[in-house]
Amino acid sequence: MAVDLEKLEQLLTNKLREKFGDAIRDVSEYRGELSVDVDREVVLDVCRMLKDDPDFQFDHLSYVSCADWSAQGKTPRYTVYWDLYSVPRTHRVRVRAAVPEEDPTVSSVTSIWRSANFMEREAFDMFGVIFQGHPDLRRILMPDDWEGHPLRKDFPLGGVKSFYFKRATDPGAGEPPDLIPRIRRQESDI
Amino acid sequence: MDIVIDAPGKAEDKAGAGVLTLQSPENALTKTLSEAISYCRRNSIWPVMMGLSCCAIEMMGTAASRFDLSRFGSEVFRPSPRQADLMIVAGTVTKKMAPVVQRIYDQMTEPKWVIAMGACSSCGGMYNVYSVLQGVDEVVPVDMYVPGCPPRPEALIYSIMQLQKKIRQEPIYLFN
Amino acid sequence: MATRVVEHNYSNIESMTLNMGPQHPSTHGVLRVILELDGETVTKCTPVLGYLHRAKEKHAEFKTYHQFIPYTDRMDYLSPMSNNTAFVMTVEKALEIEVTDRCRYLRTLLCELARMSAHLLAVGTGALELGAMTVFMWGFTQREKIYDIFEFISGARFTVSYMRAGGVAREDYPEWRRRVREFLDGYMNTQEEMEAMLNENEIFLQRMIGIGKITGQDALNFGLTGPSLRGSGIDWDIRRDTPYLAYEEADWEVAYETEGDCYARFLVRMREMRESWRICCQMLDKLEKHSHERMNIDNPKVIFPPKDNVKKSMEDLIHHFLLASEGFKVPSGEVYHSIEAPKGELGFHLIADGGPKAYRLGVRSPSFVNLGALEHMCVGELLADVVAIIASLDPVMGEVDR
Repeated sequence: MAVDLEKLEQLLTNKLREKFGDAIRDVSEYRGELSVDVDREVVLDVCRMLKDDPDFQFDHLSYVSCADWSAQGKTPRYTVYWDLYSVPRTHRVRVRAAVPEEDPTVSSVTSIWRSANFMEREAFDMFGVIFQGHPDLRRILMPDDWEGHPLRKDFPLGGVKSFYFKRATDPGAGEPPDLIPRIRRQESDI
Repeated sequence: MDIVIDAPGKAEDKAGAGVLTLQSPENALTKTLSEAISYCRRNSIWPVMMGLSCCAIEMMGTAASRFDLSRFGSEVFRPSPRQADLMIVAGTVTKKMAPVVQRIYDQMTEPKWVIAMGACSSCGGMYNVYSVLQGVDEVVPVDMYVPGCPPRPEALIYSIMQLQKKIRQEPIYLFN
Repeated sequence: MATRVVEHNYSNIESMTLNMGPQHPSTHGVLRVILELDGETVTKCTPVLGYLHRAKEKHAEFKTYHQFIPYTDRMDYLSPMSNNTAFVMTVEKALEIEVTDRCRYLRTLLCELARMSAHLLAVGTGALELGAMTVFMWGFTQREKIYDIFEFISGARFTVSYMRAGGVAREDYPEWRRRVREFLDGYMNTQEEMEAMLNENEIFLQRMIGIGKITGQDALNFGLTGPSLRGSGIDWDIRRDTPYLAYEEADWEVAYETEGDCYARFLVRMREMRESWRICCQMLDKLEKHSHERMNIDNPKVIFPPKDNVKKSMEDLIHHFLLASEGFKVPSGEVYHSIEAPKGELGFHLIADGGPKAYRLGVRSPSFVNLGALEHMCVGELLADVVAIIASLDPVMGEVDR
């Protein structure tokens, strides 16, 4: 079932531009995949239209995540992207929205696809982007008291310091736990 | 056949406090009680189910049909740490998981041993990152390190055999 | 949703909170579930993840594309061949590389063997958690044979690191093909025995039928993929709908069931193993036919030259050195590629910046998204059924937490 990319690109451009005007920045094609760049204010409405319009029917949300452009010095700092797939029409599209560093918020699409729940929590955990309207935006992979967002480019691979689990040798960790009393007692007995 | 245990109390007998005698009409077997207990201990090491990641699959493979860990008396994988003697830490210990591993080790009854299975639990392995503990020996004392990513079942069996040798050499104190 | 709600008036009794995991024999690793119970009925179910977070996505930004291949092995550690394939196909898409026919057939064969191995474990441990030990042992006997096949071609039992962008690490050889043929000839026997053991087992059926129901629309909305989705009557398989590798050339069918309960998902897995076996047999024939052809693409900038040539030819030595020390560069751009892994849609979202390392690599892991539906499926069920539901979703924690 080959998908006619040019036709889909035309459809996307016409229908979205007609409804949202300049809020649709660009519709581009790369390696056989279509990307729609939109303003972050209209993300929710664009997604709802992409799901409900009979020409698109994007009923499966594949992936939500984020990229941090600070290593390349680009502004705005973050890009949040949604990979959509249509099961009946077997075509794909990617929606992208730029999110600035000062106000890292974007609307949540959990009201459209409930699969966004975990993936948005992960993006929040890893990048610190806040999804407004998410029912339960907590950390998902890192411990709740973790500081920092690991996939940001300014977070080093090895971590800043041992946040969560303190080694016995760390300053302020207190007395090391007496893990081997059995062996010690025996030695003193001898 | 009946078992006779001599009373302890000999001043020079530090290691084995008593003598176990198995008597039968045909033959008699005499061992110190500590040796008999050590024999039982090392041939019925029950591991706690501590499968964390990829190594857990090899640990299951070791217990399953082809490699058959029960030949060495260790096939009874116990989900409850209170019924186990050995913790095979099979897989990556993350910093979020480390307190749990420590808690489970503390819940095990004495005597207890630990095998760090695979590169991750021995030294962090290929994950030198913010979220992974660099070796399980930071939280629990480890008796055997098994190299490999993951180690083959033969390697795990060999480590259990080495552990049995080690247990054989450990002194046993009955009354202290 | 609620199929077996026990009607009691517990208004004067406080609900009980029960913690399950992270060290629990039936949570497939380190999944932790916090359950709120009303009597024995689950009223709330919160999965807590992250006990196996190994930061693979962060690693990808610090490793070259070649160096990252072993990390993909350890994501879904039941089917490393599929993970390897998904990753290298993403890189190939970004590089605009087409692999050779022989390589496509070999990859398809290995992916399907990996699917059989993963489903054998899923069915085996699922039955083990409901009290049937035999199927687990039979499954492992066959899995060991598949491991031997992987070991003969890649050198490792299951962390294979076998696929490369533009080809594979080593070529297949006649003795290996003979071993695969021998395995495939003997496999169906076990499959039939397993089906006879479980499909008419009264205890097994009572624990599975009608448990953890989810409708097709809900399943799609929750992002379920793979056997979990096809158990709910949605006939969607990436292998057929957006074909990759050599699936178009094989004669096979998509297995799906309409009930949407644990038993339907179990049946889908059983039937998928049969279909995988069919694909394997056809791919092996095709591989025999194309065995004289070239395996890897002819592009020394991407794929390692044969080791023999490195010792003889200066040019190959230079290419080998450059690839090993620097890696190949991927043109700047953003691609997403997904394949049908045993657990569902496994996708890699690659943002390349023109260098030898990925700028950002996102992993769409099926187990992670599938677990999102756990609460929906568990609420209203009995406590003992949570185990069956988790087993029927078949999450692998290495892939959930990555």
